Amino acid sequence: MSIGSAIPGNAGRVNADALDADARGESFGLLALLSPGLFLVFAVIIVPIGWLFWLSLFDEAGQLSASNYARFFEQASYIKTFVTTFKVAFTVTGASVLLGYPLAYMLSQLPRRAASICLIFVILPFWTSVLVRTYAWLVILQRKGLINSWLIDLGVIGQPLPLANNFTGVVIGMTHIMLPFLVLPLYASMKTIDTDCLRAGMNLGASPAATFRQIFFPLSLPGLASGVVIVFVLCLGFFVTPALMGGGKVIMWAMRMEQTTSLYSNWGAGAALGVVLLAVTLALLGLFQWLLGARATGVWSQR
Amino acid sequence: MTKRLCIHGLAIAGLLASAAVPASAADTITVASWGGTYQEAQTKAFFDPTAKELGITIKQDTTNGLDDVRLQVTGNAVKWDVTELGADECARGSKEGLFEKLDYSVIDKSGINPKLVHDDWVGISYTSVVLIYRTDVFGDKGPKTWADFWDVQKFPGRRALSGSQATETLSVAALAKGIPIDKVYPVDIDGALQSVDKVKGHIDAWWTSGAQAMQLVKDGEVDMASIWNGRAGTLKKEGAPVSFSFDQGVLTADCMVIPKGSKNKDLAMKALAKFVSPELQANLPLYVDNGPANEKAFDTGKIPPERVKEINSAPENVKKQVLQDPEFWRDTLVEATEKFDNLIQQ
Repeated sequence: MSIGSAIPGNAGRVNADALDADARGESFGLLALLSPGLFLVFAVIIVPIGWLFWLSLFDEAGQLSASNYARFFEQASYIKTFVTTFKVAFTVTGASVLLGYPLAYMLSQLPRRAASICLIFVILPFWTSVLVRTYAWLVILQRKGLINSWLIDLGVIGQPLPLANNFTGVVIGMTHIMLPFLVLPLYASMKTIDTDCLRAGMNLGASPAATFRQIFFPLSLPGLASGVVIVFVLCLGFFVTPALMGGGKVIMWAMRMEQTTSLYSNWGAGAALGVVLLAVTLALLGLFQWLLGARATGVWSQR
Repeated sequence: MTKRLCIHGLAIAGLLASAAVPASAADTITVASWGGTYQEAQTKAFFDPTAKELGITIKQDTTNGLDDVRLQVTGNAVKWDVTELGADECARGSKEGLFEKLDYSVIDKSGINPKLVHDDWVGISYTSVVLIYRTDVFGDKGPKTWADFWDVQKFPGRRALSGSQATETLSVAALAKGIPIDKVYPVDIDGALQSVDKVKGHIDAWWTSGAQAMQLVKDGEVDMASIWNGRAGTLKKEGAPVSFSFDQGVLTADCMVIPKGSKNKDLAMKALAKFVSPELQANLPLYVDNGPANEKAFDTGKIPPERVKEINSAPENVKKQVLQDPEFWRDTLVEATEKFDNLIQQ
């Protein structure tokens, strides 16, 4: 359209129509290619979520009511669970960044061969069951576990450290599971950073630290943002690790959903929890997008 | 053991093979239970002998509890002809109308506690909540009563209670206040909650599955805990330094139902009648620590006298324990659980 209208005269208009038709044809073609995917997303994501929302509006007697949502405000434990969930998600994401960023940086600087060997070590835990890894952490962290017995034998501590069956245990266990989700997108984005940019910076007299701070770090941000968002969102719905490592004192939202589904005879009670989590997650993603800008939240921005 | 397990995948040792006798589809029923060693024991005690006697095939599945039944019945997709549940789940499911009526002209209810005989559900076995303590910490002078468990001065140490089974923790909390075993029901919920509040600060873990309770005690993460007697028995057999007794135990029943819409209702009724018969009930304690629901099982002579002493539902042991009332919890469970969760999460 814009090209066509830029050329004055009749010939231009004829061309514009042809171009328009062509563009429309191409759009239809793309839509046709997309439609199986769109249909799938609609059928397996949009419809069930709509159904979930619908169910959450009915109380135990099958009447339309807001009782499933009112419960969150009547029972203090729901608010508490909600706060705990976000506290865990923030802490685990923070810990993953602290551990994952240097790791990804190191990987990106290693020679290709060494990097792929190291990457295998990052990916390996991915192939092991979450349950197995969580139990392994329990063996390592509990009161008479490896760490505590070593430290006591070495005389470093007199009393065992409370590492399992509490918040600390949950954070350690979950960070281990979440780390690859942060490292992989971060590593991929760091690999695409043009080393010539860094060399140019150095040539212009920047110290290595300044080069990192002013060139490398900003360029790695999109990858970091992707990783952070993935880790954060996965944390919000985590079940197994907090259930096993939390000693019943760290109750997260997903555990509450399971509990609610069996306690109440209507699906609405559990569904309402799902709806709330979804809404809050989407709101947070929107906030991320707004704060970090479209470029940074590379996962869904138009690139 | 008898309750839904959060991490049920662990407990499910895999589906067991059905009886070897080939039969047509009409002669096949599907029975669901909790999986693991308990269901293996039931297979030997109930399912295999019944399949043989009736000349039918019994297929097996595992259940997560009442939500599974509710899903099947409300979704018109009933897969199971008989399924096991916790007694309070049976009472709640009955109120929701999820089960077929039972025909007591086919099922002989004599010998089963009347509290566990209802229009549409019947008791099948017992689990006890018992107090376990580690003998390497306390010797044989460990906490023997729930009042001892609550006494953090006299019995210092790390403690665990069930966080997922509010009904059981509230029952032991009532006992801890010194309420005699025959006066615990109906539970004074607010009083029991106050009792939980007193000990709350000294609880190092609130367990959510039988396996977790076992692991906490086995690894010395806690020195004393409430635990299901089957798990406690396993710990002892494995040689863990632990002690427990049925004194002040809380007897909780499991029940069986025929989900509404079962396609083989009549056959299921006959099979269920066999499962609760004294002859087959007497088999159960030969394989597992869950006691038979039918007390006539103890008259069959099948259970060796020294084994009878270890069975929670043996008349001698029943006297020492509180029988958890499923109908009481049917009406109070939701409110009590919400209050309990509020309390332990503070």
